[in-house]
Amino acid sequence: MPENTSTEKEKPRIGVFICHCGSNIGGFVDVKAVTEYASTLPDVAYATDNLYTCAEDGLNNIKETIKEHNLDRIIVASCTPRTHAPLFQRTCEAAGVNKYMFTFVNLREHCSWVHMKEKEKATQKAKDLVRMGVARARFLEPQEETRVDVTPTALVVGGGVSGMTAALSLANMGFPVHLVEKDKELGGFVRSLHALMMTTKSANETIRPLIDKVNAHKNITQHLSSHVASVEGFIGNYDVSIGGDGAEPKEVKVGTIIVATGAVPLVPDGLFGYKEHPGIITSSEFEELCNKKELPRLKSVAFIQCAGARGQKVSYCSRICCNVAIKSAIHIAENRDNILGVTEEKAAEAGEAVEEPAAEKKAEEEGSERRRRRRGRGRQAEDGAGEEGAAPSSGVEVTVFNRDVMAYGVENELEFNKAREKRVKFVRYGPDNLPKVSVKDGKLEVGYFHETLKMERTMPVDMVILSTPLVAQPDAATLSQLLKVPLGQDGFFQEAHVKLRPVDFATDGVYVCGACRGPADIAESVSQAAGAASRASIPLANGFVQAEALTSVVDETKCTGCGTCVEVCPYSALRKNDEGISEVIAAACKGCGCCGATCPEGAITMTHYTDQQLLAEAKAALEEV
Amino acid sequence: MVERSEAEQDQPSYNPRIVAFCCNWCSYAGADLAGTTRVQYPPNVRIVRVMCSGRVDPAFVLKAFTLGADGVIIAGCHPSDCHYINGNEKTATRGDFLSEFLEEAGIESQRFRVEWIAGSEGQKFAEVIRGMVSDLEMLGPVAQEVA
Repeated sequence: MPENTSTEKEKPRIGVFICHCGSNIGGFVDVKAVTEYASTLPDVAYATDNLYTCAEDGLNNIKETIKEHNLDRIIVASCTPRTHAPLFQRTCEAAGVNKYMFTFVNLREHCSWVHMKEKEKATQKAKDLVRMGVARARFLEPQEETRVDVTPTALVVGGGVSGMTAALSLANMGFPVHLVEKDKELGGFVRSLHALMMTTKSANETIRPLIDKVNAHKNITQHLSSHVASVEGFIGNYDVSIGGDGAEPKEVKVGTIIVATGAVPLVPDGLFGYKEHPGIITSSEFEELCNKKELPRLKSVAFIQCAGARGQKVSYCSRICCNVAIKSAIHIAENRDNILGVTEEKAAEAGEAVEEPAAEKKAEEEGSERRRRRRGRGRQAEDGAGEEGAAPSSGVEVTVFNRDVMAYGVENELEFNKAREKRVKFVRYGPDNLPKVSVKDGKLEVGYFHETLKMERTMPVDMVILSTPLVAQPDAATLSQLLKVPLGQDGFFQEAHVKLRPVDFATDGVYVCGACRGPADIAESVSQAAGAASRASIPLANGFVQAEALTSVVDETKCTGCGTCVEVCPYSALRKNDEGISEVIAAACKGCGCCGATCPEGAITMTHYTDQQLLAEAKAALEEV
Repeated sequence: MVERSEAEQDQPSYNPRIVAFCCNWCSYAGADLAGTTRVQYPPNVRIVRVMCSGRVDPAFVLKAFTLGADGVIIAGCHPSDCHYINGNEKTATRGDFLSEFLEEAGIESQRFRVEWIAGSEGQKFAEVIRGMVSDLEMLGPVAQEVA
């Protein structure tokens, strides 16, 4: 017999309710026999069967019986806990029995429905399962769900579009926000850009209102030229130290943290002749040249997509570079804002008319969208046939070498059409046939394999723009360690669930948005930032977090401080205290029990799934009857 | 256990007993689905529900064998699908170590399995049980000197 653990407390009084579930169980298991057997088991004070335990009279029966027979733990043997446990737990609570004193025995999914042709064996198994439930129930303990107070302040790491949007959202909700930016001014990567997709405003004009609002907001404390130096604590109660350039670290207390540190463009060292000729640049360098108005006069420009991506330096597709290249290609073809550096005076000297593209642009705007699209489609066919034929109207020939164009979404697809209308050529290359950039007599040329003609071609160009992927920030790993949140295999921060929890980390209290979780454009970053701010505001608004009742508990007298549990915990819910002994941060613990299975000293008890309870169940399963 | 030699001659009366530690989120749900879809399998398994397969202390497995289990299964979520991020990775590591240990102790490798069963794999749950029961029927009871 199992040792009696009801300690000095009263002997357990277990009530067992066995369900026929109509004929779902009753048709394949002798429920009466199982009930009779249950009443003989140790500490069972009452056993009965119901036609439907989950129906109102079944639930009332449980409540009445608890009172009548003074039951302190309840077993329902019916369907699956995955669907019905909460219902019966509420019933127990309504009758004054702690919901953790409830045990479920699965007689339907795990017995009657899978042994429909062997009633005798199914009945025996049902008896075994009830015996296991009783064995477990005898060792149950009531549990309380505790609340942990939350400091109603947030920390946002990163002062780019994502971080500013997140900070502003939280600030507008009335929460104080600490915004940490490593640069000396706000704006992030977008500040280095010249023009954006789908807007005629420059990058800086576009984000200026956002920066102004952040600057003006009384709830936002900015920490510029600063970084997160250390983080201690857990959801609701973080102590963060913010380090600055040579300044004394500032200590702040926050309840939730949003990571919005963005990404950086890959430097394509060793690829496509980068740095071997001043005309070979990356797309972000192209933006800088545009900003500085230093772009030379160009006759022919080649973009090379996926430069360094998709199996070269990184394995993934950076998503946004096709759209960026389409945008830049259109701007070059249109010579928008005279980005090609041909000032009017210079043009006059050269005796060339640069107004021409502007005039064409005007005419274009007058034409209806529908006409444009139809025309685009016509020209698309033309492009395929006469690839090196007609030059674009601005006089600049723009070619986009691509593996396939990822102009996802309706708006981007329209831009893609527009580029083709502007006679931008899209030439495909295969992953085994990368374009080759070479310098001949000081001039650039791109060699490529023409997939339709099945032959090698060369194209003289003035500039090669390498569309390099966005890659993780070099210090992402440091921050991930400080916050104890994971990075994915590509080095970007990894969300809790790719579909259902895109802006949460698995660790409660820390959230993620923008390009630091993978390449994203501005609109996507803003949506994510608003989402992350909303998620981060929930604990702040509640003022408390409900800790799991089922957590691990460390026996300080047994713990030797080996730290195995700290290493094993996926939620950073264990830490060593000042004496070097492990302690559980209840607010962060999810109750998986991995630590309990690992502790070499047996110092960790997993509440509600204790060694004693689980072994009692296993032992009961193997008892000879 | 005296009637074992008779049982061996009288073929079908050996009923191997299997204890399966199933995680709440995937493999327990897989076993539920086997029921919902009425997939039939032999009634030899007794499931002990844990929140995560990573909760299963190797000592539980050893204890189950000493208590008379003919087979033990630890079932969890598929790799990278763990409800608790990576509890199943710990299960995998411990499983490798346990298999080796058990074999040294004279318990055949077919008696202990680590299985990844998703909530959508009712059929797989049934197949695992069928496979293990037929393996155990071939093996017969655990040699007494080991138990």
